[in-house]
Amino acid sequence: MSNIPAELRYAKSHEWVRLEHDGTAYVGISEHAQDAMGDLVYVELPEVGQTVAVADETGVVESVKAASDIYAPVSGEIIAVNEALNDTPELVNQDCYGDGWLYQIKLADKADLDGLLSAEDYAAQLEEDA
Amino acid sequence: MPYIPHTPEDVQSMLDAIGVARIEDLFDEIPAHLKAGALEKLPDGLTEMEVTALMAARARQDESAVCFIGAGAYEHHIPAAVWEIATRGEYYTAYTPYQAEASQGTLQTIYEYQSMIAHLTGMDVSNASVYDGASGLSEAVLMALRANRKSKASRVLMPAAVHPLYRRATRDIVTNQGVTIEEVPFCNERGITLLESLAPYAGEDYAALVIAQPNFFGCLEDVDALTDWAHANNMLVIAVVNPTSLALLKPPGEWGSGGVDIVVGEGQPLGVPLSSGGPYFGFMCCKQQHVRQMPGRIIGRTVDMDGKPGFALTLQAREQHIRRSKATSNICTNQGLAMTAATIYMSLLGADGLASVAGHCHANTNLLADKLCAIKGVKRRFSSATFHEVVIELPQSANLTLKALAAKNILGGYSLAPAYGFDNAMLVCATEVRTQDEIEQYAAALAEVLA
Repeated sequence: MSNIPAELRYAKSHEWVRLEHDGTAYVGISEHAQDAMGDLVYVELPEVGQTVAVADETGVVESVKAASDIYAPVSGEIIAVNEALNDTPELVNQDCYGDGWLYQIKLADKADLDGLLSAEDYAAQLEEDA
Repeated sequence: MPYIPHTPEDVQSMLDAIGVARIEDLFDEIPAHLKAGALEKLPDGLTEMEVTALMAARARQDESAVCFIGAGAYEHHIPAAVWEIATRGEYYTAYTPYQAEASQGTLQTIYEYQSMIAHLTGMDVSNASVYDGASGLSEAVLMALRANRKSKASRVLMPAAVHPLYRRATRDIVTNQGVTIEEVPFCNERGITLLESLAPYAGEDYAALVIAQPNFFGCLEDVDALTDWAHANNMLVIAVVNPTSLALLKPPGEWGSGGVDIVVGEGQPLGVPLSSGGPYFGFMCCKQQHVRQMPGRIIGRTVDMDGKPGFALTLQAREQHIRRSKATSNICTNQGLAMTAATIYMSLLGADGLASVAGHCHANTNLLADKLCAIKGVKRRFSSATFHEVVIELPQSANLTLKALAAKNILGGYSLAPAYGFDNAMLVCATEVRTQDEIEQYAAALAEVLA
């Protein structure tokens, strides 16, 4: 069974969101997603300062066997990207909910979070897809 | 591999299995107005004997005339060993094999090819080749749009001095993808792209500037200044180069202060015969930082579980067999056979041999231009330095002149009337295979035609 932290929100396309107190949202991919991709060799991140809407393409995670788009789970402005992934993309495999975060968004509308899945619903979706 | 045709019963049982009445129904989603319909202009079939006679007659037409046409395809001496080796069973394949890693010899050939082309262009990486020079340029334009993340507008600057057919092919491929190609005029006196023609675009959002060296007129552009200008304006630089010329000229990897970003060109001069226009191959290289946006196959050197060296397809996650509609290209393959010939050609000539070919081409074309310009009313159209092609201005129509020369078995050049509206101008070329006698015969024939 895949690790799905209860405090996070999830998109159907397997991104997670963690809202900080200052309204910043961290975005990453779920353990299920990194496991399905296999060893990551490259992560293409969005540009800082870019404004994105829900479901916009915001980068690519690439393993030796596949390359998948990352979609913005919430709308807002990209205020930081995880530069460490440029040289060590394997952080996503090792610690997808911690050091392997992808980027931070300054949330435009907190209501976007309501459109996302709870850990429980996300687990149910994985169950269904399996 | 056995060829097993489907019987009508096979076809019917497959259609039954998927619940489709006729094969045509599978193509329903294509709008009717896009379908080609019946090919009415195709003649009836011929027997094998008739086809052989027809092809022999056509081939005789090609053989008899002396060729002074370049314009993108060049007649060079090809050592006999090149195609003797390239057509051996072990090499004789059009593509990368489908079970690539089982064919280590083919992969090593591609790896050697990539190494030679990257060295020739002064770039970090080469792919395993693309269809031809023109499709290479269109791929380079699309690649630049992906790679230049600072640029938001899908626009590229394309000098009018780039090969007209390359511009047309690129336009055909990219315009339906919402890309705008802005044409930059050339200097009417010097035949090159001047910085002052680019000035209106300074500070504007363009993803890339294309620079052809030599350009279509054979003229040498001020590549350092153009490259630095583009980079200063947040544009990538796409170089379109002639591979033979690189044995003498500065490689694009060293243009300006930072070198160009993407290099493409027609590989035909490297051991591929003219053969009425194809098949040829295109080469494509880039800086390391852009490699994930480069389309096509890339072969890498690695070690196996026992530490023994071997070769493998690398960075293939963005290719069409894996990434489908989101691949870096969906009209892209490598040209295995032509690329193999080029690898053997470059191996046999070496750097010195290629420089010698380039030097003889340059000298022969200068000799030809001097001889032609000694005729009254004939002169060089542009003042810039040239590599192995020159635009010659005649006192009369180039089309008519070339027709008269063809009647004397001389293919005298490429008319610039259709593409540029220069009715009296033609592009001429004399590679290393043209002898002094042939050059003098051409000059004498032109003097007669103009008399």
